[in-house]
Amino acid sequence: MRDLIDTYGVYFLVGQYPRGPLGGLALTLLLAASALLLALPLGLALGVARLSGWRALRWPVTALVFVVRGTPLLMVIFWAYFFLPTLTGYKTSQFGTMLIALVVFDGVYLAEIVRAGILGLGKGQMEAARALGLSHLQALRRVVLPQALRHMLPSLVNQFVSTIKETSLGYIIGLSEVSFIATQINTEVFTKPVQVYLSLGFTYFALCFGLSRFAYWVEARGLRHAPPGVRA
Amino acid sequence: MFDLSLVLSGRYQELLLAGLLLSLELAAAALACALPLALVVALLRLAPVRPLRWAGSAFVESIRNVPLLAHMLFWYFGAPEMLPAALKQRLYEGNVEALSALIALTLYTAAFMAEDIRSGIRAIPPVQFEAGRSLGLGYLATMRLVILPQALRITVPPLISQTLNLWKNTSIATVIGVGELMYQAAQVESASFRSFEPFAFATASYLTVSLLITAVAAWYQRRYPVRTT
Repeated sequence: MRDLIDTYGVYFLVGQYPRGPLGGLALTLLLAASALLLALPLGLALGVARLSGWRALRWPVTALVFVVRGTPLLMVIFWAYFFLPTLTGYKTSQFGTMLIALVVFDGVYLAEIVRAGILGLGKGQMEAARALGLSHLQALRRVVLPQALRHMLPSLVNQFVSTIKETSLGYIIGLSEVSFIATQINTEVFTKPVQVYLSLGFTYFALCFGLSRFAYWVEARGLRHAPPGVRA
Repeated sequence: MFDLSLVLSGRYQELLLAGLLLSLELAAAALACALPLALVVALLRLAPVRPLRWAGSAFVESIRNVPLLAHMLFWYFGAPEMLPAALKQRLYEGNVEALSALIALTLYTAAFMAEDIRSGIRAIPPVQFEAGRSLGLGYLATMRLVILPQALRITVPPLISQTLNLWKNTSIATVIGVGELMYQAAQVESASFRSFEPFAFATASYLTVSLLITAVAAWYQRRYPVRTT
């Protein structure tokens, strides 16, 4: 185990970097963080659109949400992998493919979190803002969303944990994230699959367990600091 | 441009249907194994003895925080190495891919379902438990006769939604070469050089089963609404 870490530890963490492309755990984190960051505005837009008064906007978005939530992420990745090149005309990198698949998939899941956050707030806030003369969009931006987002913070951290776990599927299209690197190490060492894959599992565990504890802490703190009346 | 008859008849259709069948079997078998396991883990997490509670949380947290793909890789590549040679030999004569996938799916699903069952049980007021005990029932008898029948009603909707996740998760078994739907779609893709048709077939199949599961959830919530008292 000791020489396994000595020989392959750095490769596991950053891939071939700095002599080659970034990979390993660093790439996993980079991919998860950029996917969530880009999925946030998309999720916000889709979540608001799902509650829109216009059917022309609400229905297609609702259909999209149902379709994406009913298909496995792997399917979304395959579509992105095989059809992005035909659609855009040039070959997308594995990182780009995986990023787009994750943004679409997470955007739809975030939309449901946003929708629940807005619905959880109660109609009164929107009605009061509209009664004060704000337009629908102004009321959303200045009154409803700031309160709803506060409730959503723990869900967002949990979504980040899910995203980290989802990046492991980049393995299938040959993206050199940490699961792919672990398999490469396993092929090279050949005799220690148990140690290699237990290390992989433990790495994910340390990362995701730490983050989900952080989500609990955010939730507990949020409840303590929330103004009275917002506490539900 | 698109020729759906490619996947709606002939050998390609047979492959895809075989894949769909295996996906359904995998999901059904994993569900059948995961449910009792989840119940045991949930009861462990609520047990009156601390080491049992600790064992329950260790199971749930260690499994939920690792991606299913890593579970699959471990059970396929790692776990057989720990077995004695004779047993390993016999394992490799059978369908070791499907067995590894089944173990990974069962454990992963059970960890999530255990949490749903646990919160269902915790939603039952503690006086129900105390009442059962004061009638002379033991811990397990109180659970079985008083708490669980009430908790079940609250727990079924989240369990159905976990079943939906399980259905989608079967696709990850393709990573270790189980010939399920996603695997067969990729096979047909590389044999026919057509990617749209097999993927459209797979997407439509996943979506249909998912919507059926969602419909069951909606039916259940109408038929057995949560009692508010």
